[in-house]
Amino acid sequence: MNCRSEVLEVSVEGRQVEEAMLAVLHTVLLHRSTGKFHYKKEGTYSIGTVGTQDVDCDFIDFTYVRVSSEELDRALRKVVGEFKDALRNSGGDGLGQMSLEFYQKKKSRWPFSDECIPWEVWTVKVHVVALATEQERQICREKVGEKLCEKIINIVEVMSRHEYLPKMPTQSEVDNVFDTGLRDVQPYLYKISFQITDALGTSVTTTMRRLIKDTLAL
Amino acid sequence: METDLNSQDRKDLDKFIKFFALKTVQVIVQARLGEKICTRSSSSPTGSDWFNLAIKDIPEVTHEAKKALAGQLPAVGRSMCVEISLKTSEGDSMELEIWCLEMNEKCDKEIKVSYTVYNRLSLLLKSLLAITRVTPAYRLSRKQGHEYVILYRIYFGEVQLNGLGEGFQTVRVGTVGTPVGTITLSCAYRINLAFMSTRQFERTPPIMGIIIDHFVDRPFPSSSPMHPCNYRTAGEDAGVTYPSVEDSQEVCTTSFSTSPPSQCVFTVTKAHFQTPTPVVTDTLRVPMAGLAFSHQLSSSRLSYQPAVLGVGSADLAYPVVFATGLNATHPHQLMVPGKEGGVPPAPNQPVHGAQADQERLATCAPPDGAHCAATPSSSEDTETVSNSSEGRASPHDVLETIFVRKVGAFVNKPINQVTLTSLDIPFAMFAPKNLELEDADPMVNPPGSPETESPLQGSLHSDGSSGGSSGNTHDDFVMIDFKPAFSKDDILPMDLGTFYREFQNPPQLSSLSIDIGAQSMAEDLDSLPEKLAVHEKNVREFDAFVETLQ
Repeated sequence: MNCRSEVLEVSVEGRQVEEAMLAVLHTVLLHRSTGKFHYKKEGTYSIGTVGTQDVDCDFIDFTYVRVSSEELDRALRKVVGEFKDALRNSGGDGLGQMSLEFYQKKKSRWPFSDECIPWEVWTVKVHVVALATEQERQICREKVGEKLCEKIINIVEVMSRHEYLPKMPTQSEVDNVFDTGLRDVQPYLYKISFQITDALGTSVTTTMRRLIKDTLAL
Repeated sequence: METDLNSQDRKDLDKFIKFFALKTVQVIVQARLGEKICTRSSSSPTGSDWFNLAIKDIPEVTHEAKKALAGQLPAVGRSMCVEISLKTSEGDSMELEIWCLEMNEKCDKEIKVSYTVYNRLSLLLKSLLAITRVTPAYRLSRKQGHEYVILYRIYFGEVQLNGLGEGFQTVRVGTVGTPVGTITLSCAYRINLAFMSTRQFERTPPIMGIIIDHFVDRPFPSSSPMHPCNYRTAGEDAGVTYPSVEDSQEVCTTSFSTSPPSQCVFTVTKAHFQTPTPVVTDTLRVPMAGLAFSHQLSSSRLSYQPAVLGVGSADLAYPVVFATGLNATHPHQLMVPGKEGGVPPAPNQPVHGAQADQERLATCAPPDGAHCAATPSSSEDTETVSNSSEGRASPHDVLETIFVRKVGAFVNKPINQVTLTSLDIPFAMFAPKNLELEDADPMVNPPGSPETESPLQGSLHSDGSSGGSSGNTHDDFVMIDFKPAFSKDDILPMDLGTFYREFQNPPQLSSLSIDIGAQSMAEDLDSLPEKLAVHEKNVREFDAFVETLQ
């Protein structure tokens, strides 16, 4: 199976990095999360309810919708914060990227560990610009807001293609497809990583962060 | 593979499409209320959450949607449309968006109804949630208040995009293939206002009293910035109840099977819900002529004759902003107490015959007969509206209350503190302000600008001259209660605006006044010898003081 790959690019001011990344990541995860599965007898299951909430950005004229799950929001904010700090400390051109990868676990026989097979990867490339005047910043607020609107439309367009999604799993397989560790929602298994790059695109500092709920440790 | 849909699947599909249409309308209207929406996730499935999404049902909106659908479903050539428009306090209106739920003939016979179609419809609703925050009308709707409100209208039939002006853009939210056709959800939105709106409203002088009151005197101090929708309770409080979706006596209890899809179990249970409201059955039988709608609406919207309200059809545009204190018997008003505790008093608007700026109207409105007819009739709009503004709870107030009710998200100040200045042209707030207004706005006309003489200069040239045309008591027009953002009367006796006005024309320095200066000079000279004598007496003290300094 081929892994679907989507790339988005944004140019933002330093203080807008967090909100821009959260907006994109939350929008993708909104589409890639379901309610909690409750398995019943005879191989049937029912699905919980996903709530949503609007989030206004402070530094961008933009509002995005995210899943109502504090745990998920905290996890994303943590990794986005690390990315922002890495960008700031890199001292480079202010180029970096974050990757949100959805994967499935495939059981392997002992002694091999489970294989993680990605089926969709979203890459967001960030270019941080420095602005001098307040007027420029005000224009940047609006422009970045408009750009993010375009990105959301791009994301929704990809989602509407209804391309490959993992098959709904049985109860024993659910942790190979979904992240069942959250209390109120159930996103597909995902991991987020980021890289700080220089102008040539090569990785100057590679920092990998994994957010995996390993319910089945080897 | 089945090529024909069995009856159970067909029934399920029809139900899915019906509730999808209702939920679509809810999402769109709620996104234009001007507030942030927040619903909770629930790990335990409840029977009422269609498509596994927590989307509240505003009863009035469901009622109107069902009335528009009249028991039909979107089909080829019959689309369900939600039109979002903007109406200014002067009575001018403009279409902003049309959301279309359409069906085309392209069928996907092999798709499983109760599993794949259901999940894809759920995904489409999530996409709709995201896209509704992204079109230009969203930011406009978040700023609605004194100057304008956002209205919605639901109609069924052919899509009419004429009102969007030239160069409108479309965005496709998504498609879902079904065995009977492909459902498409898209939005066509006006763009020629978007640029003006976002810039204009941020710089519009607050003398108009727009939503700068956001942070002043929130009427419900306990409410958090995010308001969970709770309109059902409010509707009951107001004495009018609408049948909620559950009253159709069908709930969705879905069970999915992980065995081969052909064994999908989908149960629909009939259950009564707590709200024992009467089921409105007559709406389903009202024949709806899709095409006739728009013209009726245009004329009714623009003429505002109270008689139109009694027609009882779904023609009128409904304020997305919920009004309070309205006549409970009127079925078209959304009976939700908003953020204010009571009915807002009427604005003291000067009655203006709306001398429509033809050029402006032509650019803003399409060359549609109904809309252009607004020009002569809009004058009577404002007349009717203003004249009826004195009354409070009479039915004639209904329309007036529609667009004056919303004063901004967190305000409980009476609207009559706001005065609209004399702008006669339609969509006046979108027009560049004339110099007079700009002068009065401290934000636009900062101190020291060329238009204003500095206080220092003013005092040198003449006594008590005012600095240019700005200032408080010397204004040619009245500015009442300029409230900059983040200002609270309770905490500070003087806010930024008052401070600025007061100190814009300070009294001249006495030492700089020539006459007084001349007088004091003479006095000084006379008193010099006395002062010298006193100082000589205290010579020793002075010397001691000097020594301490060394």
